[in-house]
Amino acid sequence: MSPVKEPSANPLTLKERMKVPRQHMPEQPADLRVMNFTEVNLGYSEELAKQEALRCLECAKATCVENCPVGVKVKDFVKLIVEGNFLGAAAKIREDNVLPAITGRVCPQEDHCEGACLLHKKVESLGVGYLERFVADYEERMGAPMAPNARATGKNVAIVGSGPAGLSAAGDLVQRGHKVHVFEALHEIGGVLVYGIPEFRLPKKVIREQIEKMREMGVEFETNVVVGKTVAIDELLGEEGYDAIFIATGAGLPVFLDIPGEHLNGVYSANEFLTRINLMHAYEFPRYDEPIVDLRGKHVAVIGGGNTALDAIRSARRLGAEKAYVIYRRSETEMPARIEEVKHAKQEGIEFRMLTNPVEFLDDGRGWLKGARCVQMKLGEPDSSGRRRPIPIEGSEFEIPLEVAVIATGTSANPLIQSTTPGLKTNKRGYIEASGETQRTSRKGVFAGGDIVTGAATVILAMGAGRRAAKSIHEYLTTGEW
Amino acid sequence: MFKILQAAPIAPGIKRFLIEAPRIARKHEAGQFVILRLDEHGERIPLTIESADKERGTITIVVQAVGKTTYQLNALKEGDEIRDVVGPLGKPSVIENFGTVVIVGGGVGTALAYPTTVALKRAGNRILTILGGRNRDLVILEEEMRATSDVLYVTTDDGSYGEKGLVTDKLRQLLASEEKIRLVLAVGPVPMMKAVADLTREKGIHTVVSLNPIMVDGTGMCGGCRVLVDGKSQFACVDGPEFNAHEVNFEVLMQRNRMYREAEKRSLEEYQHSLQDRQSREEGVCLMSGVNP
Repeated sequence: MSPVKEPSANPLTLKERMKVPRQHMPEQPADLRVMNFTEVNLGYSEELAKQEALRCLECAKATCVENCPVGVKVKDFVKLIVEGNFLGAAAKIREDNVLPAITGRVCPQEDHCEGACLLHKKVESLGVGYLERFVADYEERMGAPMAPNARATGKNVAIVGSGPAGLSAAGDLVQRGHKVHVFEALHEIGGVLVYGIPEFRLPKKVIREQIEKMREMGVEFETNVVVGKTVAIDELLGEEGYDAIFIATGAGLPVFLDIPGEHLNGVYSANEFLTRINLMHAYEFPRYDEPIVDLRGKHVAVIGGGNTALDAIRSARRLGAEKAYVIYRRSETEMPARIEEVKHAKQEGIEFRMLTNPVEFLDDGRGWLKGARCVQMKLGEPDSSGRRRPIPIEGSEFEIPLEVAVIATGTSANPLIQSTTPGLKTNKRGYIEASGETQRTSRKGVFAGGDIVTGAATVILAMGAGRRAAKSIHEYLTTGEW
Repeated sequence: MFKILQAAPIAPGIKRFLIEAPRIARKHEAGQFVILRLDEHGERIPLTIESADKERGTITIVVQAVGKTTYQLNALKEGDEIRDVVGPLGKPSVIENFGTVVIVGGGVGTALAYPTTVALKRAGNRILTILGGRNRDLVILEEEMRATSDVLYVTTDDGSYGEKGLVTDKLRQLLASEEKIRLVLAVGPVPMMKAVADLTREKGIHTVVSLNPIMVDGTGMCGGCRVLVDGKSQFACVDGPEFNAHEVNFEVLMQRNRMYREAEKRSLEEYQHSLQDRQSREEGVCLMSGVNP
């Protein structure tokens, strides 16, 4: 353990700090929350936040910071919480992260800051995500003004897509004095934050507040523009007069399982299921017009083991599903979902059917789903992803009665921009080729980042790409060198 | 917000709107569509663009009231605004000089076939058009279609106008009498498009249909509009909306279009009740004001 060298406001010795238990996040009781869409986690009080912050060992070598995709100065902001300077803590986070209220809620901290936390090896890691959320919410309540932008450079940047990558880049670029215009294909700003992540995990109000802050900073937003259809990249660079473009359109098309019965009524892609619920408010039908299949008393399954899968099945539960299953072909250890989501899902009565793979969706004779024929799997040798490969067990087929199935096994590249932008290089899978360091593409002045480059990843990794793009766009705009 | 510059009924329950949408107008090609959302609580629905004026920055859509959203839309007037309109979406129609082309337009489908017909005519094709409707009122855009067709036939189910019968009766005659039909484009109700496909399949005549599955985003993201074409999943919003009719599984399309029938019925009924309530309240107010000046 690296001892504390600098003066600290923390009155506890390192030993004492390790004795303080990780402060529990207050949450809505499971039996209550399965009946509503309001947020599960209620947030730390000032006391809880201070108590939790005291646990930080203030390591000289802050591995938490090194492991943050956007480089949030965790040690520094936690120290400010210990000192009771919550607005200072918020400002400290904002130096590296324009969406703290969002990442504080949805970032897989166990893979980044908290996973790298020294406490994690000894006891339980510091609740960095909980603390980040606390200061972001505090800042919002206090209505703190944003730091002023740098002097206007006169340069125009177009950002395509208003998800985490686009917003992160927009924030950094506007602060550096560039004029930033964000295009969004849907009718609401936020991309996957709005259509993908449910209200009970990330309230729309929080997103709107963060967007509002960005508007105050000077970022312009234009909805209902599908770049590649409504306007081409070359038109943006040409007659519309943009000096640089950042493509951050996200992952795109849903992948189906390619098994019989996928066209039955009651079979959804996770993208559609979640879009209907989140973006279109189908859970408030008929107050909102967009419907979703009535799930009350139904048996519902999601196929897949990521955060999207859990978001879908927990939404189904809240819409009245009597039985709600996660069907995943590997075991729980290999599930890519956040640990907290798995825990919450189990509390909400979601049943985990691991090592199970559907091979056919069954027709009730009237075009509606009545069940899935599944096969039991076992784990073999590790595959290219490093996870143990699932292998079907012969003769193990069985049926699960189901009225609704949601497929959440991944996405593939949306070709709208690639196919309408000559000279923009893509890889074999159709994703845009961009440097991992500068996010530059094969076209001068065009940068890309987030899921449209890497394939489906997380909010924070997309934000990291957005930051790198902003830095690199700034360099390009100030030097003119490509 | 997208402003309605003109709104005029063209048949019972069918209205034509001229909408200010410069970005969409500039990029529109025949066969493409928009997705619109009327207000904060609205659903997203796809509607084909009937025509676009690039200079004036306007698009025209033709809307038949069938559900809550289209009823609400058709209640809008000149000067009203639509909250969201996005497009142009989908692949444009393939326009070439094929030779002789038969256009089959059923009901409001004629409005969808219209821009493609104009483009095909301009490309030098000989156009034989068959317009059909349940009755005289539902045969729309006859003058416009006549102006861009070499020959135009009209059929009505009840015989109130043109020839009594179905569009497919007329098509069967043309297939027998005309020798060099190179392409048939059919746009209308799904059973009509299926019947057309069945007729031309026997003759091996290339046939294109424009499909109308349920959509949400319209950019390929949700997959709700997937249709079975040649046994494979295709997304009507990005791979279509036009497909080779002989490869389309129309049964699956009809089955999937029934997915929300209950909810759609409920929405429409509640909307109509709310209209009636408002009407009776307003009448009530009038009576009161009469009594109590």
